Amino acid sequence: MSTVKLTINDMEIEVERGTSILQAAQELGVEVPHFCYHEKLTVPANCRMCLVEVEGGPPKPAASCAMACGEGMVVRTDSEMVKKARKGVMEMLLINHPLDCPICDQGGECDLQDQAMGYGFDRSRFQENKRAVEDKELGPLIKTVMTRCINCTRCVRFAEEVAGTPVLGQMNRGEDAEIGTFVDELVQTELSGNLIDICPVGALTSKPYAFKARPWELTKTETIDVHDAVGSNIRVDVKGREVMRVLPCLHEDVNEEWISDRTRFSYDGLGNGRLDRPYIREDKKGKLREASWEEAFGFIAKKLKGVKGEEIAGLVGDLAEIESIVALKDLLGKLGSSNMDCRTDGAKFDPSNRAGYLFNSTIAGIDEADAILLVGTNPRHEATLINARIRKAVFERRVPVAVIGEAADLSYKYAHVGSTLQDLEKLAKDYKGKVKSEKPMIIVGSGVFEREDGEAIHNALYKIAEDLGCIKKDWNGFNVLHRAASRVGALDAGFVPQAGGKDFEQIIAGTKDGSIKALYLLGADEFDVHGSIGWKTFTIYQGHHGDHGAARADVVLPGCAYTEKDGIYLNTEGRVQYAKRAAFPPGEAKEDWKILRGLSDVLGQKLPYDTQIQLRDRILGEFKHFSMPDEIAPASWGGFGVKGKVGKEPFVSPVLNYYMTNAICRASDTMRACTLELLNSQEEQLEAAEL
Amino acid sequence: MLNDEDRIFTNLYGWESFSLKDAKKRGDWDGTKAILKKGPGWIIEEMQASGLRGRGGAGFPTGMKWSFMPKESDGRPHYLVVNADESEPGTCKDRDILRHEPHKLLEGCLIAGFAMGAHAAYIYIRGEFYNEGSELLRAIEEAYDAGLLGKNAAGSGWDFDVILHRGAGAYICGEETALIESIEGKKGQPRNKPPFPAMAGLYSCPTTVNNVETIAVAPTILRRGGPWFAGLGLNEKNAGTKLFCISGHVEQPCNVEEEMGIPLKELIEKHAGGVRGGWDNLLAVIPGGSSTPMLPKETCETINMDFDSLREVGTGLGTAGVIVMDKSTDVIQAICRLSQFYMHESCGQCTPCREGTGWLWRIMTRMVAGNATVDEIDQLFEVTKEIEGHTICALGDAAAWPIQGLIKHFRPEMEHRIMEYRKAAA
Repeated sequence: MSTVKLTINDMEIEVERGTSILQAAQELGVEVPHFCYHEKLTVPANCRMCLVEVEGGPPKPAASCAMACGEGMVVRTDSEMVKKARKGVMEMLLINHPLDCPICDQGGECDLQDQAMGYGFDRSRFQENKRAVEDKELGPLIKTVMTRCINCTRCVRFAEEVAGTPVLGQMNRGEDAEIGTFVDELVQTELSGNLIDICPVGALTSKPYAFKARPWELTKTETIDVHDAVGSNIRVDVKGREVMRVLPCLHEDVNEEWISDRTRFSYDGLGNGRLDRPYIREDKKGKLREASWEEAFGFIAKKLKGVKGEEIAGLVGDLAEIESIVALKDLLGKLGSSNMDCRTDGAKFDPSNRAGYLFNSTIAGIDEADAILLVGTNPRHEATLINARIRKAVFERRVPVAVIGEAADLSYKYAHVGSTLQDLEKLAKDYKGKVKSEKPMIIVGSGVFEREDGEAIHNALYKIAEDLGCIKKDWNGFNVLHRAASRVGALDAGFVPQAGGKDFEQIIAGTKDGSIKALYLLGADEFDVHGSIGWKTFTIYQGHHGDHGAARADVVLPGCAYTEKDGIYLNTEGRVQYAKRAAFPPGEAKEDWKILRGLSDVLGQKLPYDTQIQLRDRILGEFKHFSMPDEIAPASWGGFGVKGKVGKEPFVSPVLNYYMTNAICRASDTMRACTLELLNSQEEQLEAAEL
Repeated sequence: MLNDEDRIFTNLYGWESFSLKDAKKRGDWDGTKAILKKGPGWIIEEMQASGLRGRGGAGFPTGMKWSFMPKESDGRPHYLVVNADESEPGTCKDRDILRHEPHKLLEGCLIAGFAMGAHAAYIYIRGEFYNEGSELLRAIEEAYDAGLLGKNAAGSGWDFDVILHRGAGAYICGEETALIESIEGKKGQPRNKPPFPAMAGLYSCPTTVNNVETIAVAPTILRRGGPWFAGLGLNEKNAGTKLFCISGHVEQPCNVEEEMGIPLKELIEKHAGGVRGGWDNLLAVIPGGSSTPMLPKETCETINMDFDSLREVGTGLGTAGVIVMDKSTDVIQAICRLSQFYMHESCGQCTPCREGTGWLWRIMTRMVAGNATVDEIDQLFEVTKEIEGHTICALGDAAAWPIQGLIKHFRPEMEHRIMEYRKAAA
């Protein structure tokens, strides 16, 4: 890549050819005001705020976002001409803007407000009537006040380019131009919340957050999301002890600067249906009753008396962090149990080889891939941001995508080449040694393994990945796409059946035949807890929501949600990320590892750590790679799975309702509204279409 | 004054039919093959020698524009696009070419397309030109039937297609990149430049967009030689003949082909029968279509109608749509009407034009009544300056210039109107 040298405000800079003047200026730390320009979107240069003077050019300012740097260019961003141009454009932007900042939710974090302060006039000369624009209905997540819109078209470009749902557009022309959907329809994308972030003014704001808080009142904590296995970097804004909103944080290798709607809007679930004190159920017919921690622990100790180690089992749910997983593993070990599993979705795959369950190419690797095969997965619902990456590859580089499994709407075009493993094997046979692409990727949904022949499928995939040329010296194109934030961490920490231990299915069977007498559920809600656990088994549920698990439990121990504790999470790539506490848990709820530590004492099996630092020392001592934040420990390729016969059933999508995938979502009113308005309206439309 | 033998558009008034037979009698399609045989290099050189400047308004040298097209194709096809979206108020020259002289245009398409390595030309015609489009379509069919277009066009060995594309009547689609967007099936909104169409135009391929008149005069220039054309007109930079459209308060509004640089007074008196009520009844003239600033009577006495002379007095030749206004005109109202036009035709893409054109019109409406302050005249001028030069395309400038012309020449009239209003109100 060749470079060009140019001068901006008497400062010289050398940039890659094709860099815009605006980017070069930003690199130099020269602020160039702009609205329509967004580095992840195409450049329309329509706001005209970024005008700069290019000496020697035509005697008028140039839009720096669209003008590429040229050799020897002399650019000024501080000349009289530029200042006048900015003032003029700012005045134009404001004449029809309502200036209702005091009642606007964008107030305090509004680009227009900030730039008007910096570059505008201090008073208005506009004496005519202002234009008003009708608000649009965009569903339960986005509130619109279209009069505030400055027609920068960021939202139009985001919906079309990133989300792949081109429903928004600029209608009419001239001063009648307005942003909207051409026919009345909702923005059907799992990324719609990002429209709020990219809107530089208060035209698109968050509906659930409307009139709730001002940005300067919020305590902001950067942490990690747990609603899927992407491990999106988020910022949790808290007022008092209540989470007011969740925003994305920039992480180019994970979520870029987007987050999915579930991540962004399910926070109101953190305040609903919480477990805020321990409960116990003293006899099988009785109800749960409130209890103190001492009572609860005493009750557990009484019930576990005489129960042998191999009659105890532990299951870890989808949202648990490494600390509590390891603490539970240690406790079960001390009690002499080897019955433990984290795959509560019933997935059967071989956890012995890390490369067999990781997203080996990494999420950023999608940007390099030149062919993508999706197997039994709907990434749009299972990992929205990975789907956005795939869409980017399709949109920007025309990477071919093929799907084996359900043919869902993924927001980009793909070839549907089958729906069973046999179809995949045939494909691999046909293309063996003939794959021309340099970096092909197979993305296998974790749902593929959720059946009897899971391990055999796992084994078959090993061979298919090799046949299709996905495994190269510096490229591993075999990827498993998990759905649970805890899964990879728990697998890495070895929360799987120990020698001679039972796996998830055997544990559930054991509760029915009496071989499992006590069961510890660490936030395990994502299976039919009530229906599948035998009624005689003494069940302890530790978690933060009164969901499926708590309903069945004999003892309920209130823990913390992801915003309320420090913890280590591994995303589907195996990337180690440290989450931070943003808020405090309600009532008597405690941090999860502390509960396990306290219980171990009562059971006479005291765990050897009293502080989180001691616990982390214990964890990092055994699992060295957890100590490297934001790193992915390399996994070496090697055989996995168990050879066996694979049935001919088609792969099915495991996510039935995108908005209801965990206990927090199920407690969220916003997610319920989404289900009603977005999902059900879709069904209604389909029904109407059929009539 | 132009001699009859130097006239290019001999059927401008439709006294003969536009058909191929009659067109051939008038000399069209004569020796086209021989012209093409001389090669693209010769054609472009000859065009440069002729000094022809683009007739769409900006006046960019045509030969140079053609030479910007890549000499060798990099695999992408080249396109010629003919801008027949003639919507500038006061302009009606292309319309007469389209309906009376379509074969000049088609022959020009073939020659220009050949010179720039294009195998296809798109003619983007204004939606309102329904009949003109139909006639052009018939002319295209005639040319295809006679083997002048299509495979081995005119026996030259060069394959060439002409596609007629009807617009929907938006003024902005006369801007070359908006026109390209519109052909591509998108909303007609101008693109940012660079990249210029010669690098990435229609379907991201090298494209040249030319006005109808520019293309239609090319065959005659090549037949008679560049120096012939360069010899006409005022000087080498403002050479050749030009179609002038004279409208407004004249005795006989007309289209006329004249030499570049003809004095405005001569143009009006000789061809349009003079100003209504005599020359002394003249108030002002808009010399080049609605977007050019107007000229007061004093300037009209002596000004020559060519690119450079008009630029010197702060206006432009534009499309040579001469709008004559006599003393019965409410000149503020006239400019206000133009402001309304530009507000209505602004595409709404970029800020200064979208917001500014409406603002201008609103201030102008008050100026018409006099319901304003004298300070607001300065403010109005500043607002036009805030729009001018800050937009993606030239529509912003076009909206600003008429008002700037008004303020420059008729400020006392505006102040007087304000005083009158005050008096009446008091």
